[in-house]
Amino acid sequence: PFEGPQRERALVQLPAEVSGSGASGRCCLFKEAGLCPEEVEKVCPPDLRFPATRRDQSLRAESEARDFLAPAGRRAPREFGDTATSLAANPDATTISIEDPGETPEHQPGPPGGSGREEDDELLGNDDSDKTELLAGQKKSSPFWTFEYYQTFFDVDTYQVFDRIKGSLLPIPGKNFVRLYIRSNPDLYGPFWICATLVFAIAISGNLSNFLIHLGRKTYHYVPEFRKVSIAATIIYAYAWLVPLALWGFLVWRNSKVMNIVSYSFLEIVCVYGYSLFIYIPTAILWIIPQKVVRWILVMIALGISGSVLAMTFWPAVREDNRRIALATIVTIVLLHMLLSVGCLAYFFDAPEMDHLPTSTAAPNQTAAAAKSS
Amino acid sequence: MAEAAESPGDPGTATPRPLMRDLKAVGKKFMHVLYPRKSNTLLRDWDLWGPLILCVTLALMLQRGSVDSEKDGGPQFAEVFVIVWFGAVTITLNSKLLGGNISFFQSLCVLGYCILPLTVAMLVCRLVLLAEPGPINFMVRLFVVIVMFAWSIVASTAFLADSQPPNRKALAVYPVFLFYFVISWMILTFTPQ
Repeated sequence: PFEGPQRERALVQLPAEVSGSGASGRCCLFKEAGLCPEEVEKVCPPDLRFPATRRDQSLRAESEARDFLAPAGRRAPREFGDTATSLAANPDATTISIEDPGETPEHQPGPPGGSGREEDDELLGNDDSDKTELLAGQKKSSPFWTFEYYQTFFDVDTYQVFDRIKGSLLPIPGKNFVRLYIRSNPDLYGPFWICATLVFAIAISGNLSNFLIHLGRKTYHYVPEFRKVSIAATIIYAYAWLVPLALWGFLVWRNSKVMNIVSYSFLEIVCVYGYSLFIYIPTAILWIIPQKVVRWILVMIALGISGSVLAMTFWPAVREDNRRIALATIVTIVLLHMLLSVGCLAYFFDAPEMDHLPTSTAAPNQTAAAAKSS
Repeated sequence: MAEAAESPGDPGTATPRPLMRDLKAVGKKFMHVLYPRKSNTLLRDWDLWGPLILCVTLALMLQRGSVDSEKDGGPQFAEVFVIVWFGAVTITLNSKLLGGNISFFQSLCVLGYCILPLTVAMLVCRLVLLAEPGPINFMVRLFVVIVMFAWSIVASTAFLADSQPPNRKALAVYPVFLFYFVISWMILTFTPQ
């Protein structure tokens, strides 16, 4: 049996409705493996059979080595291509499956942290990814000054990148982007090139849109506005790296105070932020349309999609915390995202109404400058 | 780029011959870019003279005048230079990180030489801009730039795609597309002051 702090983590407090007795008791995660103290009688029901934190990897590895956990069957393939990856990574390992397809509805949208089912979905992903992490942790062992170390961050295939982009465009309630798509293989390819594309998309679309808006005026002389490319690059790359850094630092700090079940590495957070910015590429291109209403509708749609991807990713990481802090974190994340999109819209795209003002500013040769600076 | 085999103490024949040989090598690679077929010349005998000549030419033609007071004009010489070289280096690093088996300078060589069609497009655009401005002017330039952009992409992928693992080809080719797209955009939006 386990000793000391390991034992505490292997024992889980049963909520009353699950234990069925009206009074909650404790169940043991690894009862079947014979690793639990005798006085704990209950085996954890399938709903709660999850590893608490990453530090339980050693516990699970130990129990799996004894081969006592009954293979509960693999989940139905939930990603398009990642089954092959996970099979390659886990050739012999058994999976603790939480759902039986007949019993547990997978996509039950509910208030976050409400029912246990939604927990299972995310934590099931947690379970699989922890397993992959256990084996993946062995692959990132090159020292950081070698080239191979950085190659591990580009270890993605084309279909994986497409899957991740698809996942960022279609947020499904209850599915965690990190656990579902990234699965301990965060890549830097997606964030870097999505940001690069976004920089040029914003700069070029802004330039085109200004050109189309001011087209009829006699005093307008087209300029490529090349300086805005470097400004866009600074803004986008700063957002894509500094905000995840701040968020990661914040989560690590909260983790030291409150035992959170789900915790993300810095690269995973960078990855989520990078892929969540993908929706802004078509948005920026569509912002060329010089109608204010259309632009604001696009802002709302893009913010809704990427904001919900971020919120659903980070809610499990702060859920255990003080409710006010958790809510404030999620609100801050979404607010910063909105600030980015509205700021880009305001700075790079001139307002279409300027074209229809009956009187321009005083001097004709200042009209273009005034319009650009609005 | 090996030096001449003649002894350094032989002043009469040493200097012109390596230069001619190098120029011929550069010209031969230009031909390979203009008529891309599966050949290893660009990769095997890489050199960076061609990319340097092309980049300097492009940057000279794209820069706005130094007396320009318009803050939001086109790129400066240094900006074009930086974009081309840092873009090429970034793409090379990207393809090596993805597991490609092309060497660093070979990739720089290919990317640099494949700017040749776009440099030709720049020359044509400059000539067309001497004529009457208007929508037809723009259409001609747009057409030329699009054709040359496609030519650059085809030429560079013919050389680069084979060096990538098969399930990552698209990941390695997309940055090349972005790179030439940005250069094409700079060429297309060039307006003389």
